Amino acid sequence: MNKQNDVLDIKKIRKTSWLDILWQWEIILLFIFIMIIIINSNLSPYFLDYTNLMNTTFNFMEKAIIALPMIFVIICGDIDISVASTIALSSVFMGMASHAGVSTAGLVAIGLFSGSAAGFLNGFIITKFGIPAIAVTLGSMSLFRGIAYVILGDKAFTKYPPSFAYFGQEYIGNTMIPFELILFFILAIIFGIILHKTTMGRKVFAIGNNSTAARFSGIPVNKIRLIIFTVTGLCSGLASILLTSRIGSTRPNIASGWELEIITTVVLGGVAITGGKGNVFGVIISIFIIGFLKFGMGLINVPGKVMNIIIGLLLILAIMLPQLLERLKPKNSFSNVKK
Amino acid sequence: MMSLFKKREFNLFVFILFIIFGISLRTPSFLKLSNLVDILNDTAILSMVAIGQLMIIVTGGIDLSVGSSVALSGMSVALLNQYHPEIPIFMIILISITIGLLLGSINGLLVSRAKIPPIITTLGTMSIYRGLVFVLCKGSWVSAHEMTEAFRGFPRRSFLGISSLIYISILIVILFLIFLNLTRTGREIYGVGGNKIASQYVGINFKKINYLVFALCGGITGLAGFLWVARYAAAQSETAIGFELQTIAACVIGGVSIMGGSGTIIGVMLGAFFIGIVYNALTMINVSPFWQMAIQGFIILFAIIINTVMDKRNQQLMLRRRSFNE
Repeated sequence: MNKQNDVLDIKKIRKTSWLDILWQWEIILLFIFIMIIIINSNLSPYFLDYTNLMNTTFNFMEKAIIALPMIFVIICGDIDISVASTIALSSVFMGMASHAGVSTAGLVAIGLFSGSAAGFLNGFIITKFGIPAIAVTLGSMSLFRGIAYVILGDKAFTKYPPSFAYFGQEYIGNTMIPFELILFFILAIIFGIILHKTTMGRKVFAIGNNSTAARFSGIPVNKIRLIIFTVTGLCSGLASILLTSRIGSTRPNIASGWELEIITTVVLGGVAITGGKGNVFGVIISIFIIGFLKFGMGLINVPGKVMNIIIGLLLILAIMLPQLLERLKPKNSFSNVKK
Repeated sequence: MMSLFKKREFNLFVFILFIIFGISLRTPSFLKLSNLVDILNDTAILSMVAIGQLMIIVTGGIDLSVGSSVALSGMSVALLNQYHPEIPIFMIILISITIGLLLGSINGLLVSRAKIPPIITTLGTMSIYRGLVFVLCKGSWVSAHEMTEAFRGFPRRSFLGISSLIYISILIVILFLIFLNLTRTGREIYGVGGNKIASQYVGINFKKINYLVFALCGGITGLAGFLWVARYAAAQSETAIGFELQTIAACVIGGVSIMGGSGTIIGVMLGAFFIGIVYNALTMINVSPFWQMAIQGFIILFAIIINTVMDKRNQQLMLRRRSFNE
């Protein structure tokens, strides 16, 4: 992993040609995105409809909001597979509070707090004991959803105050732009600035490239990882508020399987699963690629399971593509550095 | 003797005995031989596939597609049995293993040749294989009455009071115990996981090993697919969903390091048996099955924390002892 980054640095020194720019991941993603829009609008006349496109964003904005902190988690070289279970846990707590007569503001506070607490617990165990994130979040994934099952069993919470429905169902003013979409873009800008324009962001990349070196350079590695996991929990709590508000009910199997879809989105967006590489812009494109792809396939009656085949293929092909292109590239003197 | 106490497997074994003792105080029928055989029956498939998962985790990888592979190979042979009931059962088993081997090989090729990280590869193939199950069965079930008697009766066929399911899993365990501990390739698997660069310097074919573990895991998964479908006498598109996490859990509880390089079959067996006991015991002491998931999660967290803390203490003890000797 570290060796690859040496190579990357050398590449930066080398004069960049227009070919290098063309090979950038985001450009490839944009190309795929445009292809999807063209193909979809040819397959169905209902695809390129402003209202339809806006309304379909409801279906993937909750995942998109969790994908943002997940970029940080994966760049750090960690992973969090407990996010969907955190949604379930927060949703169950909000449901309990709602049945006890708590107001909308109180429900939001509970959702955000329980999410953060779950994320903090993950981060605490990971950093305190030095256990790989995948093992810890595997356990907490079972634990959080398990608690949701213990509390709810086969029942469901369906009583929510009418004003709670705003977050997941309403539009901004009289426009057709959903509240969730605006919220996502505000968060995306904030996360983008933190990752690419602040020292905190540089530290995240440093940790992902070489956490030992980062620690010896005086970066509080564990503190930053703890913060990132807590923020991931916070965003899962936020997503839980939006989702619960949108569907107006809570079952323990809410959002099941989302963790893998979120990770797929982030990786397709060009974030290296080995850490140290990635950017927010790529992930935003990838969110809309997957979202619109699913919407388009839905319009022509493709079953959900078949959509998953295509998204799985897209993931694998997307990761293979840069390597194939790399082989086509003309060899230069620096290509020997790899060995 | 002292070294025995320091082993993770021994600790886990004692812990399991302790739990069995605790449960049997509340429900004496838990200790009945028939109940223990039931637990073995329930965990046979899990422990087989967990061995495949173990080999992959030892090399530093992970396989998230095992649940989908079980479903796909199981569904394929169930459909085959439904439309061609004349095919003998041993052919069915062979075909099931072959399909699993093929699915595992695809994973292995993507990991070793295309150099896609295992977690990404299997994340992708997990959805692909699961989707293919749906395409094959078009969303409908293959139910018990559509299977032949020989097909669904196979795992229950018993000899000396023990089902063929248990015999098969014991056979797999013994085969892989020999393979992992006594053959050169088996030791190379540990070598790759222990130190990838060093293993290349001593001449281990890294690509071959990486491919091999996925292919072998696929083969076991294929066999498990047939056994699963036959045992539960139903094949559907949701078969074995979430099973991959159980196999990983069995490994983690059994003390396999998720970073690769260490882990034993005995540990994984105990891990799988432990999960079986927890599931079985909960129903026996009248705890709602809704508790299963939470308890499983708690135990995974508990087990990895204990394992890590014990490991660190052992390392410190070792360092201290070494400095005394010098």
